Amino acid sequence: MKRKNGIFAKIYVGICFAFFYLPILVMMIFSFNDSKSLSNFTGFSLQWYEELFENYEVIQAVIVSVTIAILATVISTVLGTMTAIGLSKSRKFLRDYLLNVNNFPILNPEIVTAISVMLLFSSLRIPKGYVTMLLAHIMFCTPYVITSVYPKVKSLDPSLANAAMDLGATPVQALMKVIVPMIRQGIFAGALLAFTMSFDDFVISYFATGNGVKNISIVVYNMTKRMNPTINALSTIVITVIALVVFFVNIIPSIKKGRVKEQHV
Amino acid sequence: MKHFRHLAKPYILWSFLLIVIPLFMIVLYAFMGSGNAVLTFSFTLENLAKFIEPTYLSVFWKSIKLGVVTTAICLVFGYMLAYIISKMNERTQDMMILLVTVPMWINMLLRTYAWMNLLSDNGIVNSLLGLLGIEPIAMMYTDFSVIVGMVCNFLPFMIIPIHTSLHKMDKSLIEAAYDLGANRVQTFFKVIFKLSLPGVLNGIMMVFLMAISTFVIPKLLGGGQYVLIGNLIETQFVTVGDWNFGSAISLILAIIIILFMRVMKKIDPQEDKEG
Repeated sequence: MKRKNGIFAKIYVGICFAFFYLPILVMMIFSFNDSKSLSNFTGFSLQWYEELFENYEVIQAVIVSVTIAILATVISTVLGTMTAIGLSKSRKFLRDYLLNVNNFPILNPEIVTAISVMLLFSSLRIPKGYVTMLLAHIMFCTPYVITSVYPKVKSLDPSLANAAMDLGATPVQALMKVIVPMIRQGIFAGALLAFTMSFDDFVISYFATGNGVKNISIVVYNMTKRMNPTINALSTIVITVIALVVFFVNIIPSIKKGRVKEQHV
Repeated sequence: MKHFRHLAKPYILWSFLLIVIPLFMIVLYAFMGSGNAVLTFSFTLENLAKFIEPTYLSVFWKSIKLGVVTTAICLVFGYMLAYIISKMNERTQDMMILLVTVPMWINMLLRTYAWMNLLSDNGIVNSLLGLLGIEPIAMMYTDFSVIVGMVCNFLPFMIIPIHTSLHKMDKSLIEAAYDLGANRVQTFFKVIFKLSLPGVLNGIMMVFLMAISTFVIPKLLGGGQYVLIGNLIETQFVTVGDWNFGSAISLILAIIIILFMRVMKKIDPQEDKEG
């Protein structure tokens, strides 16, 4: 027998979600405050947003964050998908080796990964900046793409590609028209993961960059030394974007699934 | 098809250059005499030995202590939430799990910053306390604020794996336990908790790993004087410039985590079956 949740359980769930969401909500509300106060809401104003959009450093950082996230997502998704498909056909030794190496950036503490790439760039005397930050982002995003695509590739019928080629498809056609469409869910999940990981990253960017190139997180980190309501405004925008993306990506399939279920009933 | 085998080749090279070599660099620097030139390599254990100095050892113990406290708090509160969620109906469960997941996708730095607003001396928590006639409490820059920040950021990583374990558990085993005369407490500890152990261990592993290596949360909520292992590594690279000692600490941190994961895998009863 399933025991139903009592009233205390419901209150507890409420408290937990308040703990997750209240700080963010408070920050969002106070980004519209017309004074610097963090505890008294004195009136509605958009002055912190205006200040934000006049801040050259912030605008630059937004451009860096967005372009790096897009580039890193595209490159790591292509690289990761290729690798996942290739791995399923590789020898066991190579496969085990790569999947193990792949786990390092996922399992290692971020700071260890961060200083490892910093040491690499510095030792090779590569000037740190936009390119090194991008390389580092591709480095830590690709493993997530591989881990979400590889299981899908493994579950495919191995004779599919052969069948396509027997029917006259070239290997490239077999790949693009048969394999890729069948694993697109995994590719899509990996790309989403890569985008949000890259867009939100602080620790690895912080160590991999130089020469004044900063993303949003680095600017926020530098600004937190003094309380500044413009950070609230910036955070509000960033959090809203990410939350909406994640919410819709998750909610749309589950609504569809729900509809299908209802129809069957 | 053999045609596709070549597709993995670029990544073999890439991962070697950007994952294997960089990690090897940490080991190299950790055992290298000062001076940052790799060409004039001189082997030394000095960097690792420096870690045993009392100031650094105390940082180490403090990190472990805070990691254990944070993990324990996350386990208790996270288990309760996962357990309650697992008893809801299917649709609500999906919704609840989505609500737990969304914060994981949001920038940790920004979520930590949000707590600074709340906990500061003239922040909203203190002004609410003021309404109740309680004197303002200095909450920022204490163990309390750091632990609150860590629990808030890491709790979802405890809830998700535990919920997964509870969700896929065979419910008839619980009924069987009741039918055979077990009371609620016995059923919980002898059946439910045991069956959810893989999720619990997974959660503990992730939370502890993140808690002992973070440097953003202690920096923002603990202030400049608050030093954990992560902060120690950061200062070695960013301000002090002693890359060799910084690498040595990172190496020690990585080894601790590998050992910890080994121990957790040993405890995990499922691991034997699958392996």
